[in-house]
Amino acid sequence: MTHLDLSKPTAEATPAGTPLLDVDDLHVEFRTRSGTVHAVNGVSYSLAAGETLAILGESGSGKSVSAQAIMGILESPPAVVTGGGIWFEGRNMLEMSAEDQRQIRGPGISMIFQDALSSLNPVYSVGFQIGEMFRAHQGMSKKDARKRAIEMMDRVRIPAAARRVDDYPHQFSGGMRQRVMIAMAIALDPRILIADEPTTALDVTVQAQVMDLLKDLQSETGMGLILITHDLGVVNEVADNVAVMYAGEIVERGTVDDVFTRPSHPYTDGLMRSVPQVEAKGGRLQPIVGQPPNLAHIPSGCPFHPRCSRRRLGAEAPPGRECSTDVPPLRLVVPGREAACHYSEEVLGVPAQ
Amino acid sequence: MTDQQQLDLRKDEVQAGTTTGLASPSVDVTKERQNSLWSDAWGELRRNPLFWIGAVLGVFFVLMALVPQVFARGADPRACDLANSQDLPSAQHWFGFDQQGCDYLANVVYGARNSLIIGVTAVLVILLLGVVVGAIAGYYGGIADGILARIADIFYALPLILGALVLLRVGPSTGIPIINSRGPGAVAIALALFGWMTAMRLVRSQVIAVKSSDYVAAARAMGASGRRILVRHILPNAVAPVLVYATITIGVIIAAEATLTYLGVGLQRPAISWGLQIAAGQASIRTAPHLVLFPSLILTLTVMAFVMMGDALRDALDPRQRA
Amino acid sequence: MGRYVARRLLLTIPVLLGASFLIFSMVYALPGDPIRALGGDRPLSPAVIAELRDRFHLNDPLYVQYWEYLKGLFQGDLGTDFRGRPVLDTIERTLPVTVQLALVAILFEAVIGLVAGVLAGIRRNSYFDNLVLVSTTLIVSIPILVLAFFAQLLFGLRLGWFPIAGTNDGLYSFVLPGLVLASGSLAYVARLTRTSLAENLRADYVRTARAKGLPNRTVIVRHTLRNSLIPVVTFIGADIGTLLGGAIVTETVFNLPGIGREVFNSIRSQEGAVVVGIVTLMVFFFIFFNLVVDVLYAVLDPRIRYD
Repeated sequence: MTHLDLSKPTAEATPAGTPLLDVDDLHVEFRTRSGTVHAVNGVSYSLAAGETLAILGESGSGKSVSAQAIMGILESPPAVVTGGGIWFEGRNMLEMSAEDQRQIRGPGISMIFQDALSSLNPVYSVGFQIGEMFRAHQGMSKKDARKRAIEMMDRVRIPAAARRVDDYPHQFSGGMRQRVMIAMAIALDPRILIADEPTTALDVTVQAQVMDLLKDLQSETGMGLILITHDLGVVNEVADNVAVMYAGEIVERGTVDDVFTRPSHPYTDGLMRSVPQVEAKGGRLQPIVGQPPNLAHIPSGCPFHPRCSRRRLGAEAPPGRECSTDVPPLRLVVPGREAACHYSEEVLGVPAQ
Repeated sequence: MTDQQQLDLRKDEVQAGTTTGLASPSVDVTKERQNSLWSDAWGELRRNPLFWIGAVLGVFFVLMALVPQVFARGADPRACDLANSQDLPSAQHWFGFDQQGCDYLANVVYGARNSLIIGVTAVLVILLLGVVVGAIAGYYGGIADGILARIADIFYALPLILGALVLLRVGPSTGIPIINSRGPGAVAIALALFGWMTAMRLVRSQVIAVKSSDYVAAARAMGASGRRILVRHILPNAVAPVLVYATITIGVIIAAEATLTYLGVGLQRPAISWGLQIAAGQASIRTAPHLVLFPSLILTLTVMAFVMMGDALRDALDPRQRA
Repeated sequence: MGRYVARRLLLTIPVLLGASFLIFSMVYALPGDPIRALGGDRPLSPAVIAELRDRFHLNDPLYVQYWEYLKGLFQGDLGTDFRGRPVLDTIERTLPVTVQLALVAILFEAVIGLVAGVLAGIRRNSYFDNLVLVSTTLIVSIPILVLAFFAQLLFGLRLGWFPIAGTNDGLYSFVLPGLVLASGSLAYVARLTRTSLAENLRADYVRTARAKGLPNRTVIVRHTLRNSLIPVVTFIGADIGTLLGGAIVTETVFNLPGIGREVFNSIRSQEGAVVVGIVTLMVFFFIFFNLVVDVLYAVLDPRIRYD
């Protein structure tokens, strides 16, 4: 496979710098009593400093699992990383000792989660939980850590930080709780921040505030940001590049502007058609038919083919491009754009190479 | 639910031995969900060896209670010969003989009937009291709930054995039927009277939780009557925790009966009961330890059968236990 | 908080009164005539009997008797038994034995139960975990009566490690009965700890703790154990109240002169005043420790606030 080569155009599209993170052909399975669930099936991407990469997909598309694999926080068992590599600043995290991995979590790569209420420990004050970062990684004293926690809370614009530092998570509003999570995650100036659905649980106005905060922090620190979401609007606003995931694979990748204006995979195309557009007022929305695939029984061939309006089966299909039997590789369709579909050129409306 | 109710619930779970999840109200109880809960539970049960051990033991002892002749190897528990007094177990007489020279296997086997009758009867009464009182308290709330909950608190504060002990000691001199009988009925009623509160609180908590759910609000909006909502929508939700509780409680009651009988206030001679056998055997524990050993062993196995089944049932019905 | 405690204390009054009245009414329906029995072989003169009956209010209706009893109770007078000994003296004599027994039992319950539960919970489905599961099922299933006999037989008679009756060896006499008394709760604590721990290990905030790069020990101890122990600690707290009242069988079998054995003997010999006095005390312990636990809950879990 030539994933690494193929990923280069994407990286080149953002001139921000050298890749901080390289994920190469990552495979993750969940081995449960009722069978093996193939959650991530050969995902590759890279992230440069200052870049914002959005990973877009439905729930169950493997987007969160791949992020947790990068963090090394998958629960194992049942989760097993069965193949691939995760290179952070040139070192393969999958081959590191547990202790080395731990030291990367926090100052190297950090993560915020969707539900800040359940993701913060209810029995410790927020100041304590932010301060833990300094205590665990820098051996700071409890007192100094508390002081730094107040600074961090100020930095994520929590009002009256000094007064609220000893409050407990349940005493904060949803938006403020998410800020606490962010303060905790960026406490050690991580090179990469992974945000897993950071605004899904929030009100729309609060969503915008949190996204603005993340963008501001990114421009201050130059960290790479991986934004995991199913919200097309959020992707459009903040991301540079986007990788669309389906059934544990990346099915399309490119800059946000390109992918959103001219999708080259039928699934992406379907996503774009299923959201309301201001300019298309009065038109009908076109939902994608069918259900997301069961990851224990991923369809043969192209995993999207049962729901695809452009599929070609049997004799209709040219040799090697039968949608229910031939797996479409992620390939360069036009410069700066990759898609995993036999008929991407058709979707895009360009002549086949 | 308020924090206090949540707390009470947690304590009831602890009391009922049904920790985690079960008593936490599964509010989204559409019919399909209930069905899948039970079929998932069965799938889970089938794979649990502890359940099968419990079930086999349970069936074994139920059969023993129904047709003791089959298990007594042809011996009559009341055909005794003093010449055999306290004889040790032999190939002919597996459990030996008791003080009166009666075949001990036959006596221990015939003891199962009283234990199971008392266990099952007491639990049925407990369920009846628990469901009725719990449903009334939870559904109507307000003053009714306040009074019923306080009454339950009063009974809660008295240890089961102690309450039953006093009642059974007093029983024979009262004019109350059954209670004054010194029979299995009296023991069952006494134990039920001091043991119904947890079942009541489990039902009550479920009813309170489900009552305030959207799903019951919808049923009410469609004009379903109060009783219909209670019977068709709310009570089925309480079945899972109550069933677990009931199964385990049969075991607990059987142990309590043996204890009360041992203490001299339960069943009386000439009734055949494990508690009486243990009490009688205690005197000769050095010379004839088998007289305490065998009834103790069978008693323990019987209790274990129900505890194991209840445990397995709880694990199977608790979605939080599953990966 | 203060207001909550005050309200809870108020609510305990009807429970305390209700429970003691329940016992009172049952006890005073006891059969036979205890006054006549007091005389033994030499029958008492009718005048003496009448005088005694009057003194113990035996001719009055039940509620009058109870009222008289309550009046005494509020003056610290629990009445006297039929031989004229104050019930309070009996309690003073027997309670220390029960308290020692309960303390030993709680110690076993907390230490063994917690350690077994934590080890099993951290290594779920391991050999040790299965051992804990099976052995706790076994222990819970053995009636305390049976367990007491076999502990006596094995550790007392066969091995000779422990005294099997009485309190002549000081605290050491309480080891075996304490273990027997604690057995059920011990198994329960182990299970509760195990489930609670296993449940919390899957919590989102534990995932966060790992994502923060905290050392494994910190993740387990600070972010999992601390949360998991809340229900366990409160169970143990409430169990003190239960153990103080639930030792009838253990104290009887091991011949320990505590309130459990005393109340049992009094039930048998129809010493109504002693029964009511001790049971009221037991109920008080039960309610008191439950209140303590509710307060403890709010201390341990900042989400719980009683306002």
